Amino acid sequence: MKVSYYPGCSLHATGKEYDQSVKAVSDAVGIELQEVEDWSCCGASSAHMTNFKLSVALPARNIIAAQKDKLDMMVPCAACFNRFKSAQHHLDGDDALKAEVEEIIGAKYDASVSVRNPIDILYNDIGLEKLGEAVTRKLDGLKPVSYYGCLLLRPPEVCQFDDYENPYMMDGIMNALGADARNWSCKTDCCGGSLTLSKTEIVVHLVDKMMMMASEAGANCIVTACPVCFANLDTRASEKGRLPAFYFTEIIALALGLKGTEEWFKMHNVDPRPLLTSLGLM
Amino acid sequence: MSTFLEEVNDRMGGTPIQSCFHCRKCTAGCPVAFAMEYNPNAVVKMIQMGMKEKVLTSSTIWLCASCETCVTRCPNEVDIAGMMDTLREMAIESGVSKGEKNVVKFHEAFLSSIKMGGRINEPTMLVHYKLKSGDLFSDLGLGMSMFMKGKIKPISPRTKDMGSVRKIFKSTGK
Ligand code: SF4
Ligand code: SF4
Repeated sequence: MKVSYYPGCSLHATGKEYDQSVKAVSDAVGIELQEVEDWSCCGASSAHMTNFKLSVALPARNIIAAQKDKLDMMVPCAACFNRFKSAQHHLDGDDALKAEVEEIIGAKYDASVSVRNPIDILYNDIGLEKLGEAVTRKLDGLKPVSYYGCLLLRPPEVCQFDDYENPYMMDGIMNALGADARNWSCKTDCCGGSLTLSKTEIVVHLVDKMMMMASEAGANCIVTACPVCFANLDTRASEKGRLPAFYFTEIIALALGLKGTEEWFKMHNVDPRPLLTSLGLM
Repeated sequence: MSTFLEEVNDRMGGTPIQSCFHCRKCTAGCPVAFAMEYNPNAVVKMIQMGMKEKVLTSSTIWLCASCETCVTRCPNEVDIAGMMDTLREMAIESGVSKGEKNVVKFHEAFLSSIKMGGRINEPTMLVHYKLKSGDLFSDLGLGMSMFMKGKIKPISPRTKDMGSVRKIFKSTGK
Protein backbone atom coordinates (compact mmCIF):
# COMPACT_ATOMS: atom_id res chain seq x y z
CA MET A 1 0.00 0.00 0.00
CA LYS A 2 1.02 3.61 -0.45
CA VAL A 3 0.41 6.49 1.98
CA SER A 4 1.26 10.17 2.29
CA TYR A 5 3.82 10.73 5.00
CA TYR A 6 3.87 13.69 7.36
CA PRO A 7 6.98 13.43 9.57
CA GLY A 8 6.57 16.70 11.49
CA CYS A 9 9.30 18.65 13.27
CA SER A 10 10.04 16.26 16.13
CA LEU A 11 10.76 13.35 13.84
CA HIS A 12 13.45 15.39 12.15
CA ALA A 13 15.14 16.22 15.46
CA THR A 14 14.67 14.75 18.93
CA GLY A 15 12.46 12.00 17.52
CA LYS A 16 14.86 10.96 14.80
CA GLU A 17 14.85 7.29 15.74
CA TYR A 18 11.06 7.27 15.40
CA ASP A 19 11.27 8.63 11.84
CA GLN A 20 13.96 6.16 10.86
CA SER A 21 12.28 3.16 12.46
CA VAL A 22 8.89 4.02 10.91
CA LYS A 23 10.58 4.15 7.53
CA ALA A 24 12.46 0.88 8.05
CA VAL A 25 9.36 -0.97 9.25
CA SER A 26 7.17 0.47 6.47
CA ASP A 27 9.70 -0.64 3.90
CA ALA A 28 9.88 -4.14 5.39
CA VAL A 29 6.12 -4.73 5.42
CA GLY A 30 5.40 -3.10 2.06
CA ILE A 31 4.11 0.38 2.89
CA GLU A 32 5.37 2.99 0.48
CA LEU A 33 5.72 6.49 1.98
CA GLN A 34 5.36 9.66 -0.01
CA GLU A 35 6.35 12.74 1.98
CA VAL A 36 3.81 15.58 1.97
CA GLU A 37 5.20 18.24 -0.33
CA ASP A 38 6.83 21.22 1.40
CA TRP A 39 5.12 20.47 4.71
CA SER A 40 5.13 22.95 7.59
CA CYS A 41 4.73 22.60 11.36
CA CYS A 42 1.27 21.66 12.69
CA GLY A 43 1.55 24.27 15.48
CA ALA A 44 1.48 21.58 18.19
CA SER A 45 0.24 22.54 21.63
CA SER A 46 1.49 26.12 21.47
CA ALA A 47 -0.91 27.12 18.71
CA HIS A 48 -4.09 25.65 20.18
CA MET A 49 -3.23 26.83 23.67
CA THR A 50 -2.99 30.43 22.55
CA ASN A 51 -4.78 30.98 19.23
CA PHE A 52 -7.63 28.80 18.01
CA LYS A 53 -7.68 29.90 14.38
CA LEU A 54 -3.94 29.45 14.00
CA SER A 55 -4.31 25.95 15.44
CA VAL A 56 -6.71 25.02 12.62
CA ALA A 57 -4.98 26.86 9.77
CA LEU A 58 -1.49 25.39 10.33
CA PRO A 59 -2.58 21.73 10.02
CA ALA A 60 -5.03 22.66 7.24
CA ARG A 61 -2.15 23.92 5.08
CA ASN A 62 -0.62 20.43 5.22
CA ILE A 63 -3.85 18.50 4.76
CA ILE A 64 -4.58 20.56 1.67
CA ALA A 65 -1.04 19.94 0.38
CA ALA A 66 -1.65 16.18 0.78
CA GLN A 67 -5.05 16.18 -0.96
CA LYS A 68 -3.63 15.92 -4.46
CA ASP A 69 -1.93 12.61 -3.64
CA LYS A 70 -5.32 10.99 -2.91
CA LEU A 71 -3.85 8.72 -0.25
CA ASP A 72 -4.32 8.09 3.45
CA MET A 73 -1.92 10.23 5.41
CA MET A 74 0.40 8.54 7.90
CA VAL A 75 1.21 10.76 10.89
CA PRO A 76 3.50 8.94 13.37
CA CYS A 77 3.80 11.78 15.91
CA ALA A 78 0.90 11.60 18.36
CA ALA A 79 0.95 15.36 18.86
CA CYS A 80 0.72 16.09 15.13
CA PHE A 81 -1.93 13.37 14.76
CA ASN A 82 -4.04 15.07 17.39
CA ARG A 83 -3.70 18.50 15.79
CA PHE A 84 -4.65 17.15 12.36
CA LYS A 85 -7.68 15.26 13.67
CA SER A 86 -8.79 18.25 15.66
CA ALA A 87 -8.42 20.63 12.68
CA GLN A 88 -10.45 18.26 10.52
CA HIS A 89 -13.10 18.02 13.21
CA HIS A 90 -13.48 21.81 13.28
CA LEU A 91 -13.31 22.25 9.49
CA ASP A 92 -15.92 19.53 8.94
CA GLY A 93 -18.30 21.02 11.49
CA ASP A 94 -18.02 24.75 10.83
CA ASP A 95 -18.55 26.08 7.29
CA ALA A 96 -17.71 29.68 8.18
CA LEU A 97 -14.39 28.63 9.70
CA LYS A 98 -13.69 26.41 6.71
CA ALA A 99 -14.32 29.28 4.29
CA GLU A 100 -12.07 31.57 6.29
CA VAL A 101 -9.24 29.02 6.43
CA GLU A 102 -9.56 28.30 2.69
CA GLU A 103 -9.28 32.03 2.07
CA ILE A 104 -6.11 32.28 4.18
CA ILE A 105 -4.50 29.29 2.50
CA GLY A 106 -5.76 30.11 -0.97
CA ALA A 107 -7.02 26.59 -1.73
CA LYS A 108 -10.05 24.38 -1.06
CA TYR A 109 -10.25 21.84 1.76
CA ASP A 110 -12.12 18.79 0.49
CA ALA A 111 -12.28 16.52 3.57
CA SER A 112 -10.88 13.61 1.53
CA VAL A 113 -7.69 12.82 3.45
CA SER A 114 -7.86 10.18 6.15
CA VAL A 115 -5.30 10.94 8.87
CA ARG A 116 -3.89 7.76 10.38
CA ASN A 117 -1.29 6.77 12.93
CA PRO A 118 1.07 3.91 12.02
CA ILE A 119 -0.26 1.84 14.97
CA ASP A 120 -3.63 1.77 13.22
CA ILE A 121 -2.15 1.08 9.76
CA LEU A 122 0.08 -1.74 11.00
CA TYR A 123 -2.65 -3.30 13.12
CA ASN A 124 -5.56 -2.98 10.69
CA ASP A 125 -4.06 -2.91 7.19
CA ILE A 126 -0.93 -5.02 7.53
CA GLY A 127 -2.32 -7.16 10.34
CA LEU A 128 -0.83 -9.07 13.24
CA GLU A 129 -0.55 -12.29 11.30
CA LYS A 130 1.66 -10.78 8.63
CA LEU A 131 3.74 -8.97 11.25
CA GLY A 132 4.17 -12.19 13.19
CA GLU A 133 5.28 -14.06 10.07
CA ALA A 134 7.95 -11.44 9.39
CA VAL A 135 9.57 -11.94 12.82
CA THR A 136 13.11 -13.28 12.65
CA ARG A 137 13.97 -12.74 16.31
CA LYS A 138 11.19 -13.54 18.76
CA LEU A 139 11.26 -11.04 21.61
CA ASP A 140 11.41 -13.60 24.41
CA GLY A 141 11.83 -11.97 27.78
CA LEU A 142 10.84 -8.50 26.67
CA LYS A 143 8.03 -7.29 28.90
CA PRO A 144 6.83 -3.92 27.66
CA VAL A 145 3.96 -1.82 28.89
CA SER A 146 2.18 0.11 26.13
CA TYR A 147 1.98 3.80 26.81
CA TYR A 148 -0.34 5.87 24.63
CA GLY A 149 -0.54 9.10 26.60
CA CYS A 150 -3.20 11.62 25.66
CA LEU A 151 -2.86 12.73 22.11
CA LEU A 152 -3.73 9.60 20.15
CA LEU A 153 -6.93 9.00 22.06
CA ARG A 154 -8.53 12.15 23.40
CA PRO A 155 -11.04 13.49 22.85
CA PRO A 156 -12.38 10.15 21.58
CA GLU A 157 -14.95 11.59 19.17
CA VAL A 158 -12.17 13.57 17.49
CA CYS A 159 -9.39 10.96 17.47
CA GLN A 160 -11.55 7.89 16.82
CA PHE A 161 -8.66 5.64 17.58
CA ASP A 162 -8.57 2.41 19.62
CA ASP A 163 -10.39 2.03 22.95
CA TYR A 164 -9.87 5.35 24.73
CA GLU A 165 -9.73 4.08 28.33
CA ASN A 166 -8.10 0.72 27.68
CA PRO A 167 -6.45 0.71 24.26
CA TYR A 168 -5.20 -2.64 22.98
CA MET A 169 -3.62 -2.27 19.52
CA MET A 170 -0.05 -1.69 20.71
CA ASP A 171 -0.25 -4.64 23.13
CA GLY A 172 -1.46 -6.77 20.23
CA ILE A 173 1.50 -5.74 18.12
CA MET A 174 3.98 -6.41 20.94
CA ASN A 175 2.56 -9.87 21.59
CA ALA A 176 2.61 -10.71 17.88
CA LEU A 177 6.37 -10.10 18.00
CA GLY A 178 6.81 -12.60 20.82
CA ALA A 179 7.03 -10.03 23.62
CA ASP A 180 4.92 -10.32 26.75
CA ALA A 181 2.96 -7.04 27.00
CA ARG A 182 2.07 -6.37 30.62
CA ASN A 183 -1.24 -5.01 31.69
CA TRP A 184 -1.14 -1.74 33.61
CA SER A 185 -3.36 1.16 34.50
CA CYS A 186 -1.35 4.09 33.10
CA LYS A 187 -1.80 3.46 29.37
CA THR A 188 -3.63 6.71 28.81
CA ASP A 189 -2.19 8.87 31.59
CA CYS A 190 -0.61 12.23 30.85
CA CYS A 191 3.18 12.81 31.02
CA GLY A 192 2.86 16.59 31.28
CA GLY A 193 3.66 17.13 27.61
CA SER A 194 5.05 20.49 26.68
CA LEU A 195 5.43 21.58 30.31
CA THR A 196 8.73 19.71 30.20
CA LEU A 197 10.86 22.84 29.71
CA SER A 198 8.87 25.42 31.60
CA LYS A 199 7.61 23.29 34.52
CA THR A 200 10.06 20.42 34.62
CA GLU A 201 9.19 19.39 38.20
CA ILE A 202 5.60 18.53 37.22
CA VAL A 203 6.82 16.27 34.41
CA VAL A 204 9.34 14.55 36.69
CA HIS A 205 6.57 13.83 39.19
CA LEU A 206 4.28 12.32 36.52
CA VAL A 207 6.98 10.29 34.81
CA ASP A 208 8.35 8.88 38.06
CA LYS A 209 4.88 7.69 39.01
CA MET A 210 4.56 5.99 35.65
CA MET A 211 7.92 4.20 36.01
CA MET A 212 6.86 2.91 39.40
CA MET A 213 3.55 1.61 38.06
CA ALA A 214 5.31 -0.05 35.11
CA SER A 215 7.71 -1.86 37.41
CA GLU A 216 4.86 -3.00 39.62
CA ALA A 217 3.20 -4.45 36.53
CA GLY A 218 6.33 -6.54 35.95
CA ALA A 219 7.51 -4.60 32.91
CA ASN A 220 11.12 -4.12 31.88
CA CYS A 221 10.53 -1.33 29.35
CA ILE A 222 7.93 1.15 28.08
CA VAL A 223 6.84 1.51 24.46
CA THR A 224 5.21 4.59 23.03
CA ALA A 225 4.20 6.25 19.76
CA CYS A 226 4.63 9.83 20.87
CA PRO A 227 7.86 11.85 20.63
CA VAL A 228 6.76 14.11 23.49
CA CYS A 229 6.04 11.14 25.77
CA PHE A 230 9.24 9.45 24.65
CA ALA A 231 11.38 12.50 25.41
CA ASN A 232 9.78 12.87 28.83
CA LEU A 233 10.14 9.18 29.73
CA ASP A 234 13.68 9.02 28.36
CA THR A 235 15.06 12.20 29.90
CA ARG A 236 12.89 13.22 32.86
CA ALA A 237 12.57 10.10 35.00
CA SER A 238 14.68 10.02 38.16
CA GLU A 239 17.58 7.62 37.89
CA LYS A 240 16.27 5.29 40.55
CA GLY A 241 13.71 2.90 39.12
CA ARG A 242 13.63 4.17 35.59
CA LEU A 243 13.05 1.77 32.71
CA PRO A 244 14.24 2.21 29.13
CA ALA A 245 11.69 3.63 26.70
CA PHE A 246 11.24 2.67 23.05
CA TYR A 247 9.24 3.80 20.08
CA PHE A 248 7.01 0.89 19.17
CA THR A 249 8.47 0.84 15.67
CA GLU A 250 11.98 0.35 17.09
CA ILE A 251 10.69 -2.80 18.78
CA ILE A 252 9.11 -4.03 15.55
CA ALA A 253 12.37 -3.38 13.70
CA LEU A 254 14.26 -5.32 16.37
CA ALA A 255 11.96 -8.32 15.99
CA LEU A 256 12.11 -8.18 12.22
CA GLY A 257 15.92 -8.07 12.32
CA LEU A 258 16.04 -4.77 10.44
CA LYS A 259 19.16 -2.67 10.10
CA GLY A 260 19.63 0.49 12.16
CA THR A 261 18.39 -0.55 15.61
CA GLU A 262 21.80 -0.21 17.25
CA GLU A 263 22.19 3.33 15.86
CA TRP A 264 18.79 4.35 17.18
CA PHE A 265 19.35 2.86 20.62
CA LYS A 266 22.60 4.81 20.89
CA MET A 267 20.60 8.02 20.56
CA HIS A 268 18.49 7.24 23.63
CA ASN A 269 19.30 9.02 26.86
CA VAL A 270 18.60 5.84 28.86
CA ASP A 271 20.60 3.20 27.00
CA PRO A 272 18.36 0.17 26.37
CA ARG A 273 21.21 -2.02 25.15
CA PRO A 274 22.15 -3.53 28.54
CA LEU A 275 18.57 -4.82 28.89
CA LEU A 276 18.45 -6.18 25.34
CA THR A 277 21.86 -7.80 25.68
CA SER A 278 20.88 -9.46 28.96
CA LEU A 279 17.82 -10.91 27.21
CA GLY A 280 19.93 -12.12 24.30
CA LEU A 281 18.07 -9.86 21.90
CA MET A 282 21.12 -7.94 20.68
CA MET B 1 -22.25 44.30 29.15
CA SER B 2 -22.00 40.54 29.27
CA THR B 3 -20.89 38.70 32.36
CA PHE B 4 -17.63 36.76 32.47
CA LEU B 5 -19.63 33.53 32.26
CA GLU B 6 -21.45 34.70 29.12
CA GLU B 7 -18.20 35.85 27.59
CA VAL B 8 -16.51 32.47 28.13
CA ASN B 9 -19.56 30.54 26.88
CA ASP B 10 -19.82 32.73 23.77
CA ARG B 11 -16.23 32.23 22.83
CA MET B 12 -16.27 28.49 23.49
CA GLY B 13 -19.52 27.59 21.76
CA GLY B 14 -20.79 24.08 22.58
CA THR B 15 -21.96 23.03 26.02
CA PRO B 16 -22.41 26.00 28.37
CA ILE B 17 -20.24 25.83 31.47
CA GLN B 18 -23.22 26.02 33.83
CA SER B 19 -24.16 22.47 32.74
CA CYS B 20 -21.54 21.45 35.30
CA PHE B 21 -23.08 19.84 38.41
CA HIS B 22 -19.78 19.90 40.28
CA CYS B 23 -19.14 16.18 40.56
CA ARG B 24 -15.39 16.96 40.37
CA LYS B 25 -14.65 14.04 38.09
CA CYS B 26 -12.61 16.42 35.94
CA THR B 27 -10.50 17.36 38.91
CA ALA B 28 -10.10 13.81 40.18
CA GLY B 29 -8.61 12.74 36.83
CA CYS B 30 -6.55 15.86 36.15
CA PRO B 31 -2.84 14.97 36.20
CA VAL B 32 -1.79 18.51 37.06
CA ALA B 33 -4.46 19.42 39.64
CA PHE B 34 -1.95 18.78 42.44
CA ALA B 35 0.14 21.72 41.23
CA MET B 36 -2.67 24.08 40.27
CA GLU B 37 -3.58 27.24 42.15
CA TYR B 38 -7.30 26.56 41.52
CA ASN B 39 -8.38 23.11 40.37
CA PRO B 40 -10.43 22.71 37.16
CA ASN B 41 -13.75 22.52 38.97
CA ALA B 42 -12.87 25.57 41.08
CA VAL B 43 -12.23 27.51 37.87
CA VAL B 44 -15.73 26.63 36.66
CA LYS B 45 -17.17 27.97 39.92
CA MET B 46 -15.04 31.11 39.75
CA ILE B 47 -16.21 31.83 36.21
CA GLN B 48 -19.80 31.52 37.39
CA MET B 49 -19.05 33.96 40.17
CA GLY B 50 -17.53 36.44 37.74
CA MET B 51 -14.01 36.30 39.17
CA LYS B 52 -12.44 37.31 35.89
CA GLU B 53 -9.20 38.82 37.06
CA LYS B 54 -8.37 36.01 39.47
CA VAL B 55 -8.99 33.39 36.77
CA LEU B 56 -7.11 35.12 33.96
CA THR B 57 -4.07 35.85 36.10
CA SER B 58 -3.99 32.42 37.72
CA SER B 59 -1.24 29.89 37.12
CA THR B 60 -3.88 27.20 36.58
CA ILE B 61 -4.66 28.10 32.99
CA TRP B 62 -0.98 27.79 32.05
CA LEU B 63 -0.40 24.55 33.95
CA CYS B 64 -3.20 22.70 32.20
CA ALA B 65 -1.40 20.23 29.93
CA SER B 66 -4.34 19.87 27.50
CA CYS B 67 -4.48 16.15 28.15
CA GLU B 68 -8.29 16.17 27.62
CA THR B 69 -8.92 13.65 30.40
CA CYS B 70 -11.47 16.01 31.95
CA VAL B 71 -13.48 16.39 28.74
CA THR B 72 -13.44 12.68 28.10
CA ARG B 73 -14.82 11.86 31.55
CA CYS B 74 -17.23 14.73 32.23
CA PRO B 75 -20.79 13.35 32.47
CA ASN B 76 -22.15 16.66 31.15
CA GLU B 77 -19.79 17.17 28.22
CA VAL B 78 -18.33 20.34 29.63
CA ASP B 79 -15.19 21.03 27.59
CA ILE B 80 -12.82 21.99 30.38
CA ALA B 81 -9.75 21.69 28.14
CA GLY B 82 -11.38 23.98 25.57
CA MET B 83 -12.29 26.34 28.40
CA MET B 84 -8.61 26.49 29.40
CA ASP B 85 -7.65 27.31 25.78
CA THR B 86 -10.25 30.09 25.75
CA LEU B 87 -9.05 31.48 29.07
CA ARG B 88 -5.45 31.50 27.84
CA GLU B 89 -6.48 33.38 24.71
CA MET B 90 -8.41 35.89 26.82
CA ALA B 91 -5.48 36.33 29.19
CA ILE B 92 -3.10 37.03 26.31
CA GLU B 93 -5.53 39.44 24.66
CA SER B 94 -6.05 41.42 27.82
CA GLY B 95 -2.32 41.45 28.53
CA VAL B 96 -2.61 39.71 31.89
CA SER B 97 -0.96 36.39 31.04
CA LYS B 98 1.30 36.55 34.05
CA GLY B 99 0.35 33.40 35.90
CA GLU B 100 3.21 31.24 34.69
CA LYS B 101 5.65 33.44 32.80
CA ASN B 102 7.87 30.67 31.53
CA VAL B 103 5.01 28.64 30.09
CA VAL B 104 3.84 31.69 28.15
CA LYS B 105 7.41 32.37 26.99
CA PHE B 106 7.76 28.78 25.83
CA HIS B 107 4.67 29.11 23.59
CA GLU B 108 5.95 32.43 22.24
CA ALA B 109 9.34 30.93 21.41
CA PHE B 110 7.71 27.89 19.80
CA LEU B 111 5.40 29.91 17.56
CA SER B 112 8.06 32.39 16.53
CA SER B 113 10.23 29.46 15.46
CA ILE B 114 7.44 28.32 13.10
CA LYS B 115 7.03 31.86 11.85
CA MET B 116 10.72 32.01 10.99
CA GLY B 117 11.21 28.71 9.23
CA GLY B 118 7.85 27.01 8.79
CA ARG B 119 9.13 24.16 10.95
CA ILE B 120 10.51 24.01 14.47
CA ASN B 121 14.24 24.13 14.69
CA GLU B 122 14.70 22.80 18.20
CA PRO B 123 18.08 24.43 19.05
CA THR B 124 16.98 27.87 17.84
CA MET B 125 13.67 27.49 19.64
CA LEU B 126 15.47 26.50 22.84
CA VAL B 127 17.91 29.40 22.71
CA HIS B 128 15.00 31.74 22.06
CA TYR B 129 13.09 30.32 25.03
CA LYS B 130 16.14 30.44 27.29
CA LEU B 131 16.82 34.09 26.47
CA LYS B 132 13.18 35.04 27.01
CA SER B 133 12.81 33.15 30.26
CA GLY B 134 16.27 33.90 31.65
CA ASP B 135 16.45 30.23 32.67
CA LEU B 136 19.80 29.79 30.97
CA PHE B 137 21.40 26.78 32.56
CA SER B 138 18.88 24.03 33.17
CA ASP B 139 19.07 21.22 30.63
CA LEU B 140 22.39 22.45 29.26
CA GLY B 141 23.92 19.00 29.72
CA LEU B 142 20.95 17.25 28.15
CA GLY B 143 21.04 19.60 25.16
CA MET B 144 24.76 19.00 24.67
CA SER B 145 24.30 15.26 24.85
CA MET B 146 21.53 15.35 22.22
CA PHE B 147 23.76 17.51 20.07
CA MET B 148 26.64 15.05 20.38
CA LYS B 149 24.35 12.15 19.50
CA GLY B 150 23.39 13.96 16.30
CA LYS B 151 19.78 14.30 17.36
CA ILE B 152 19.60 18.05 17.13
CA LYS B 153 21.32 20.16 14.54
CA PRO B 154 21.75 23.95 14.48
CA ILE B 155 20.42 24.07 10.94
CA SER B 156 17.57 21.97 9.55
CA PRO B 157 15.52 22.07 6.33
CA ARG B 158 12.80 24.69 6.28
CA THR B 159 9.49 25.03 4.51
CA LYS B 160 10.19 26.55 1.08
CA ASP B 161 6.96 28.41 0.57
CA MET B 162 7.33 30.63 3.63
CA GLY B 163 4.96 33.20 2.17
CA SER B 164 2.01 30.89 2.81
CA VAL B 165 3.11 30.25 6.40
CA ARG B 166 3.58 33.96 7.13
CA LYS B 167 0.16 34.65 5.68
CA ILE B 168 -1.40 32.18 8.14
CA PHE B 169 0.21 33.97 11.08
CA LYS B 170 -0.78 37.39 9.75
CA SER B 171 -4.39 36.47 9.02
CA THR B 172 -4.91 34.81 12.37
CA GLY B 173 -3.52 37.81 14.19
CA LYS B 174 -0.13 36.61 15.34
S1 SF4 C 1 -16.60 16.54 35.42
FE1 SF4 C 1 -17.97 17.96 34.36
S2 SF4 C 1 -19.80 18.08 35.64
FE2 SF4 C 1 -18.19 17.16 36.90
S3 SF4 C 1 -17.27 18.90 38.00
FE3 SF4 C 1 -16.06 18.62 36.13
S4 SF4 C 1 -17.01 19.97 34.61
FE4 SF4 C 1 -18.45 19.74 36.29
S1 SF4 D 1 -6.94 19.07 29.99
FE1 SF4 D 1 -6.03 20.38 31.56
S2 SF4 D 1 -7.63 20.62 33.11
FE2 SF4 D 1 -8.23 18.88 31.83
S3 SF4 D 1 -7.45 17.10 32.93
FE3 SF4 D 1 -5.88 17.69 31.44
S4 SF4 D 1 -4.48 19.07 32.52
FE4 SF4 D 1 -6.37 18.89 33.76
